Amino acid sequence: MADTSSNDAFVEFERVQKSYDGETLVVKDLNLTMPKGEFLTMLGPSGSGKTTCLMMLAGFETATHGEIKLDGRPINNIPPHKRGIGMVFQNYALFPHMTINENLSFPLEVRKIGKSDREAKVKRALDMVEMGAFGGRRPAQLSGGQQQRIALARALVFEPELVLMDEPLGALDKQLREKMQFEITDLAHRLGITVVYVTHDQTEALTMSDRVAVFDDGRIQQIAPPDELYESPQNSFVAQFIGENNTLEGTVKELSDKLALVQLDDGEVIDCMPVNVNAVGERTKVSIRPERVEFQKDRLKEGAHLLKATVKEFIYMGDVFRTRLSVAGNDDFIIKSRNAPDQVRLKPGEQIEIGWLPEDCRALDA
Amino acid sequence: MSDLKSTGQQTADAPTPEDALHEAASLDAREAAHAPGGKAAGPVLAADGTPLKRSLARALRRQKMRALALIAPLLIFVLLTFIAPIADMLFRSVENQIVSETLPETVVALKDWDSEGGVPPADPVFAALYVDLFIAEAQKLHTRLGTRLNYEKTGVSSLFRKTGRRVGRFDTDTYTDQITALDPSWEDPATWVAMMESDANRAALPFTARSWDRWTAYQLSEGDDPAKEDIEDVLFTTLYLDLRETGGTGAADARIAQIAAAVGDFDTVSLSEQFADADKDWLDPEVWGTIKAFAPNYTPGYFLNSVDMQKTPHGIEARPENQQIYMKLFKRTIFMSMVITLSCIMLGYPVAWILANLPTRTANLLMILVLLPFWTSLLVRTSAWKVMLQQQGVINDTLVWLGIVGDADRLVMINNQFGTIVAMTHILLPFMILPLYSVMQTIQPTYLRAAKSLGATNWTAFWRVYFPQSVPGIGAGSVLVCILSIGYYITPEIVGGTTGTFISNRIAYHISSSLNWGLAAALGSILLAAVMLLYWVYDKIVGIDNVKLG
Repeated sequence: MADTSSNDAFVEFERVQKSYDGETLVVKDLNLTMPKGEFLTMLGPSGSGKTTCLMMLAGFETATHGEIKLDGRPINNIPPHKRGIGMVFQNYALFPHMTINENLSFPLEVRKIGKSDREAKVKRALDMVEMGAFGGRRPAQLSGGQQQRIALARALVFEPELVLMDEPLGALDKQLREKMQFEITDLAHRLGITVVYVTHDQTEALTMSDRVAVFDDGRIQQIAPPDELYESPQNSFVAQFIGENNTLEGTVKELSDKLALVQLDDGEVIDCMPVNVNAVGERTKVSIRPERVEFQKDRLKEGAHLLKATVKEFIYMGDVFRTRLSVAGNDDFIIKSRNAPDQVRLKPGEQIEIGWLPEDCRALDA
Repeated sequence: MSDLKSTGQQTADAPTPEDALHEAASLDAREAAHAPGGKAAGPVLAADGTPLKRSLARALRRQKMRALALIAPLLIFVLLTFIAPIADMLFRSVENQIVSETLPETVVALKDWDSEGGVPPADPVFAALYVDLFIAEAQKLHTRLGTRLNYEKTGVSSLFRKTGRRVGRFDTDTYTDQITALDPSWEDPATWVAMMESDANRAALPFTARSWDRWTAYQLSEGDDPAKEDIEDVLFTTLYLDLRETGGTGAADARIAQIAAAVGDFDTVSLSEQFADADKDWLDPEVWGTIKAFAPNYTPGYFLNSVDMQKTPHGIEARPENQQIYMKLFKRTIFMSMVITLSCIMLGYPVAWILANLPTRTANLLMILVLLPFWTSLLVRTSAWKVMLQQQGVINDTLVWLGIVGDADRLVMINNQFGTIVAMTHILLPFMILPLYSVMQTIQPTYLRAAKSLGATNWTAFWRVYFPQSVPGIGAGSVLVCILSIGYYITPEIVGGTTGTFISNRIAYHISSSLNWGLAAALGSILLAAVMLLYWVYDKIVGIDNVKLG
């Protein structure tokens, strides 16, 4: 995690720690800098500290140590209602006793904005999420997706520069979720707002964000744009957590800048890209994406190391074939191949040889 | 980690009964459209040709019967122990048959008497009263009637008792002596029995026949044989009165004609004088007016009484100022119930809030403290307040010891309204906390966070977002507490003194001490109506749908 602290930093976490019970740290030494206008997703399994970070930013939790800055101003001691941060909650938290219009004008009323101004802003916000016709209804009369839009409009209606979203799409079905993902990113970019988005759904994170911060064990494991995160995971947790991944364990035999030779536990040797290994003799987990594994020799580079594999299972998935292999003692080695007219369909029991480009195979921490 | 409690269901997505209705409606519409040949759709038929409605009803009948059988024990229990007594009570509040049953002749005779005339009724009315009272005295019913009429006019009770003692010793033996002197066979009861078997005789002597029937019925009920008992003076009196009235024409018995011929020369006894002799109050037209006013079988008298009015011979009027207590008691009951409800809200709301926002373990522990009063006897709790509040009690002693209050002027905190309000607030508090707690539990903390993130201060967030959502709990608690306290009895009885008692204490007094059940029933009915009115008003303002008990 390079310290990218710069002058245009909008949100900053500096050495932030958080503990609830005084014994264990939920957030350990968090450093994070966000420029204005960025869409940043905090991604991680539950219990990884991502929601706590969001709550500290919103002001509902206080940092045990460290400083959080917003637009260069420390906000540790500013109560939530003075931070001017919009927030969308997991279950929308629309006030059930108010109509949609009343829900939306609530933040404007507490800011003492005049009635005509208020009405104009509410109307604009509702139109923005295409819910203009629903102003008179109550939240319970709307579907989940509609409530989601209203929650979004309410978080935006008072024109905050920073909007936090805590798993806002968690309660929606898959199709609606995908539609809303697009709408939220579109809206965020159109309005130029800065968004911190928390989710445990990696697809959501990858498709929506400018950058993704992967949380585990109270730390950011890697923070990078989605493509970099997927293609160049910095450690085995990120490799495992983002996308589908094959892992082989072994020991580093030879190490140079661009290449590492790794001897797998069954004695085979493979070429890898050294990422997170420092010395010969170190244990390592080698990570290869299923779609980067080749089993047709003509597509491989000359001299590449090949591994013997036994086909265990062939799954037809429509657009791709998913084949489970047994490789070097790992029975869960997956390869994916595109469903093209000339594509080979492997049969269970078949003996094949597989290989890959050394740069697709990353030697990570054990 | 995720410290936002996950919500429950998304109400918007859950199917509601209304959805089902819409669906049913649209199904109907579709069926109508699909009716063969586009004809008006007839009843939908089941597979075996019977109308679908009927086969559905048949299929559901078994279920319904079983459900009914399951609730039957409770239903019967409630009917017998709750509905029936209430109905009986409501009936008692207007029922007034005692006058017309005890004084049937008098009630009829009084019909033509003008209660506004200012003069007591004429002799025939006294004759009717003589018969009625004589029989009532024998049956020991006259004191009951006296007590009943005493509710309406003081002094009637002793009037009846006094006259009852005298009615057997009236000078009416004059008639007996004169008649038996003419024919000694009149002394033989058997001849009376024989005479009264003839319809012609009965028609000639209507008053005597009626009195004879009532008298013999009483004798039979006592196990006596009318043919063997001495004939009372009262019957000779009626015989004389009948003969002087009708002349005995048409009578079959020759003895009757013999007496009828002599009756004009008889010495007479004025019954009004006899009564006046027993008690001069019988010449007071007010007494007669009261009897006449309460002669009907049903009377609004008890209800008028309950609202400090009275039915007098001259119509309905307010009671004298110094006798007006019930309106004051009703007002006090309502007022104090409101104060108690308000104090319960003020004290219970923060407690419920804390309970709802604590971790479950701690909340359950504290909940036991809330429920603890439920598990101790009501009397013990109330008596404890006596110990606390009395002038030589714990609180006063402490205040004196601290020097806040002088020993001479200890605070009066019990046997007044203050004592009742304090003790009842304590006793009814759980009824406020429990519904509040269960409603508050369903209010997610996210709402407050959302409000704050939208820029609301803690107070605004509470007042505009949290409080409106807790109103159903306040409503439920208030209805419970208010209705319970309006009818409360034990606690005001013990700590209320004279100024802190409720209408229910008065009802209890009339039930167990003054035995004026009719008034107690009327007061109870008014109380019931007041509670229902409260409920109705509440439904109009808050809406009973908004009441949540959990």
